[in-house]
Amino acid sequence: MTDTSRIRNFSIIAHIDHGKSTLADRMLERTGALEEREMRDQVLDTMDLERERGITIKAQSVRLDYTGPSGNYVLNLIDTPGHVDFTYEVSRSLAACEGAVLLVDAAQGVEAQTLANAYLAIESGLEIIPVINKVDLPAAEPDRVAAELVSIIGGDPADVIRISAKTGDGVDELLAAIVEVLPAPEGAVDDQLRALVFDSFYDTYRGVVCYVRVQSGRLATGDGLRFMATGEEPAADEVGVLRPGAEPVAALGPGEVGYLITGIKEIDRIRVGDTVTRAADPATEPLPGYREPKPMVFSGLFPTDGDDFERLREALEKLRLNDTALVFEPETSRALGFGFRCGFLGLLHMEIVRERLEREYDLELVATAPSVAYDVGLVGGGTLQIRSPQDLPEPTARTEIREPIVRVMIITPAEFTGTVMELLQEHRGVMGEMTYLSPERVELVYRVPLAEIVFGFFDRLKSRTRGYASLDYEPEDDFIPADLARVDILLNGVPVDAFSAIVHKTKGYDYGRKLVSKLRAIIPRQMFDVPIQAAIGSRVIARETVKARRKDVIAKCYGGDVTRKRKLLEKQKEGKKRMKMLGQVEVPQEAFISVLQIDED
Amino acid sequence: MKIDSPDSVALADSAAGQTAAYIHIPFCRKICPYCDFAVVAGTDLADRYVAALLAEIESADPFAEPLTSVAFGGGTPTALGTDALGILLEAVESRFGFDPEVEVSLEANPEDISQATALALQEAGFGRISLGVQSFDDSVLASLGRAHSAAQAIDATRVVRSVFDSVSVDLMFGTPGEDLGSWRDSVTMALELGVDHLSTYSLTVERGTPLSRAVAAGAPAPDPDLQADQWLIAAELAQGAGLVRYETSNHARPGHAAIYNLVTWGQGEYAAFGNGAHRHRDGLRSWNVRRLERYIERIENGQSPVSGEERLGPWEREVERVLLGLRRAAGVLAGVAGERLLKSERGSAVVDAGILEVDDDRLRIARPLLGDGVSRALLALTPGDC
Repeated sequence: MTDTSRIRNFSIIAHIDHGKSTLADRMLERTGALEEREMRDQVLDTMDLERERGITIKAQSVRLDYTGPSGNYVLNLIDTPGHVDFTYEVSRSLAACEGAVLLVDAAQGVEAQTLANAYLAIESGLEIIPVINKVDLPAAEPDRVAAELVSIIGGDPADVIRISAKTGDGVDELLAAIVEVLPAPEGAVDDQLRALVFDSFYDTYRGVVCYVRVQSGRLATGDGLRFMATGEEPAADEVGVLRPGAEPVAALGPGEVGYLITGIKEIDRIRVGDTVTRAADPATEPLPGYREPKPMVFSGLFPTDGDDFERLREALEKLRLNDTALVFEPETSRALGFGFRCGFLGLLHMEIVRERLEREYDLELVATAPSVAYDVGLVGGGTLQIRSPQDLPEPTARTEIREPIVRVMIITPAEFTGTVMELLQEHRGVMGEMTYLSPERVELVYRVPLAEIVFGFFDRLKSRTRGYASLDYEPEDDFIPADLARVDILLNGVPVDAFSAIVHKTKGYDYGRKLVSKLRAIIPRQMFDVPIQAAIGSRVIARETVKARRKDVIAKCYGGDVTRKRKLLEKQKEGKKRMKMLGQVEVPQEAFISVLQIDED
Repeated sequence: MKIDSPDSVALADSAAGQTAAYIHIPFCRKICPYCDFAVVAGTDLADRYVAALLAEIESADPFAEPLTSVAFGGGTPTALGTDALGILLEAVESRFGFDPEVEVSLEANPEDISQATALALQEAGFGRISLGVQSFDDSVLASLGRAHSAAQAIDATRVVRSVFDSVSVDLMFGTPGEDLGSWRDSVTMALELGVDHLSTYSLTVERGTPLSRAVAAGAPAPDPDLQADQWLIAAELAQGAGLVRYETSNHARPGHAAIYNLVTWGQGEYAAFGNGAHRHRDGLRSWNVRRLERYIERIENGQSPVSGEERLGPWEREVERVLLGLRRAAGVLAGVAGERLLKSERGSAVVDAGILEVDDDRLRIARPLLGDGVSRALLALTPGDC
């Protein structure tokens, strides 16, 4: 165990691409945790997808032995997931720290996501060290960014540390500041054990591995434990630290960060945010802040090939081993057959899961338009929560529909303020606050129905601000009544459930018209005319027709063309296989995606 | 002798048992932007090529029966001199033997045809000329990148008409900018010039051609609906002039159906010579190297010019028989694959849509413009015994 005065626990808060992973690598290198030659770029981001997208999905932590001007210290760097969908997980990682490095790109400045996490850190009482990265870039404007940082967290621009994680300049100064500025953890070793589970992952051989931060007491190998939220009572099979390789220790004391293996094999029996105590001498109060993971966005996932249903189930089960936030239940669609209704923390989470299913499990999927959960007040009392437009009760059977609301934070260059406000208004946003972070940059806070931002809102924000605005959102607790209706799409007279959506009544007509015209462009001509209609209830609000195909024949078929023609037709036939048959109509996969892009034009 | 109608079952089925030969002449004055055949601009390698062709012809095995059809295609066969063409034809005859009724056909471009050339070709033994006219409209010819004018096309057609017993003209429809009127005029002109045979092809954007690059860059692509109308106009005009449509893209007067093509659609066997040439012999489809220089080098080095082959299993062959046979207006015996097609879901869909017709034991395409839907339904069948 380490003397608490010699421990510093911290996170790095940064926007995607602002250099968090590079800085982490540099710190590992400077503290000798890894030899320079062992350094793989960005050691902490282990999943392929993370490397590609440059984001951190699962948090990790590493223990660094640092020798500074005032002696030897243990620095625990606790990585935080870098995206809005994982706010809760970020908050748990931050709860394991006493301080945070707020890392901002010298050219880009502060982004909404950084700001949201910085506020989260400040609210959790963390000490903040403002740092500007990439000062070596030609486009760097460290003075402007320093002023911006100070306007958010206070202090003196001169105290903002300027570094280049890439070249290593300023990293030593930063390490020294971490020891000097950040408080040491508190907590008595004689108190009852209270350790925060701030992350967990599934290992094929060891079962669930928890990342823990001990607040008080002592977590020793062999202890009989209790997880206070779930009531699980396993033994501590192994306790250790990460340097970054796992290294077993006898015990972790107050302020220490490490891992815990208990023999539990099912990830959903361990909850991030839970408090570990000793079964024999339990703490009376758990650590604050625990929350059940709550899916916010829902989408139906269907295998293109119906035979893949079982494979999809197995793949989802495997993903869930490491992703407690992913929920799914079987769903049957008239149009798409058997699949799963899946719940996600947010849009990125949804995209990541879909990509992993396709990439790692080689599944071809059709995803239906994402939707949110609605509370439906029923005639005769009671409330029904629906996660799919299909489940919406008839208008005569319901009294109202309530929808989830999120608090949206947007940082935009001041010149786009009007544009962004307009966009938010179009999406039924209600203005909260407007703050000038600097003369050039504005922060807007709105309350917006979640359903309004699940359909490509982010893309529209980016395109209207030429990529300069950034967005973050967090769910509010209340569901608010709204004037909503379901728009159905009929193909050749038959409703296609996968295209149904619940939309605000003022937008129903527009939505129907756009989707119908988009589908007309995407659905190839068939052997017969295919009418496409949008309807609210029995009222048709838009209609177009895919005219029957008139010419579908190769012009020449002579001696030299026989093999080629056969191969060409074979290829076309393969193409047809990737089509979904909806009744007699062949519909390409992209038709289902088109629902997501409905507002882009 | 009774002359069969071009679309008769008897003619179609008898051609299946005949044998043919194809000689590829890859040279062109310039390459048309839509063309994806094995062609080269200029005739620099003509002498070495002719020598190589002769060597390939001389080393080929003859068929059991003499040939009923020989086709010189390209490229532009008339890019070679008439002497060379004559020598090649002689070589084919001495190697394979000719049936007394043999069809000896040559593709020619209008700009190469003069009275003297026509007479020399006739003298050399060619009996049927297929003229690559494409259009009788100068603006369409310009957008197709053709080397001849409408006036040249008219002159050339008149010349060959006056010299040869069997004259065919190729026309192409759907060139962006060509309207129904222009197309109607081209077809009418060909018919008025008294052709025996008319091939009408829709302009197709083939991968890798300058045309496909232009279309990818935003140039107008052929409009399939307009092409459908144009196809119908051609069929109607040709019929009015006494020509019978006997295949998706081909019309002929009785006695003038192209035998070489009927052999192909009957899954018959044919020899083939030259770069990129495809043959079908002893149930094996094989093809030569496509690049002219490689072809010549291989022959000169005593190597085989064959670069690929495909031997189909019994089921695939049966499917191919129906696939090819359905190109003909005479249709095809249903057989094992045809019966299976009719029982399949997609097969009944094309029957229901009026695309495929059943007449006793024969299948026919009633709407040739949608024929590929039937082909795909055939290829989608699960392989079975036959």
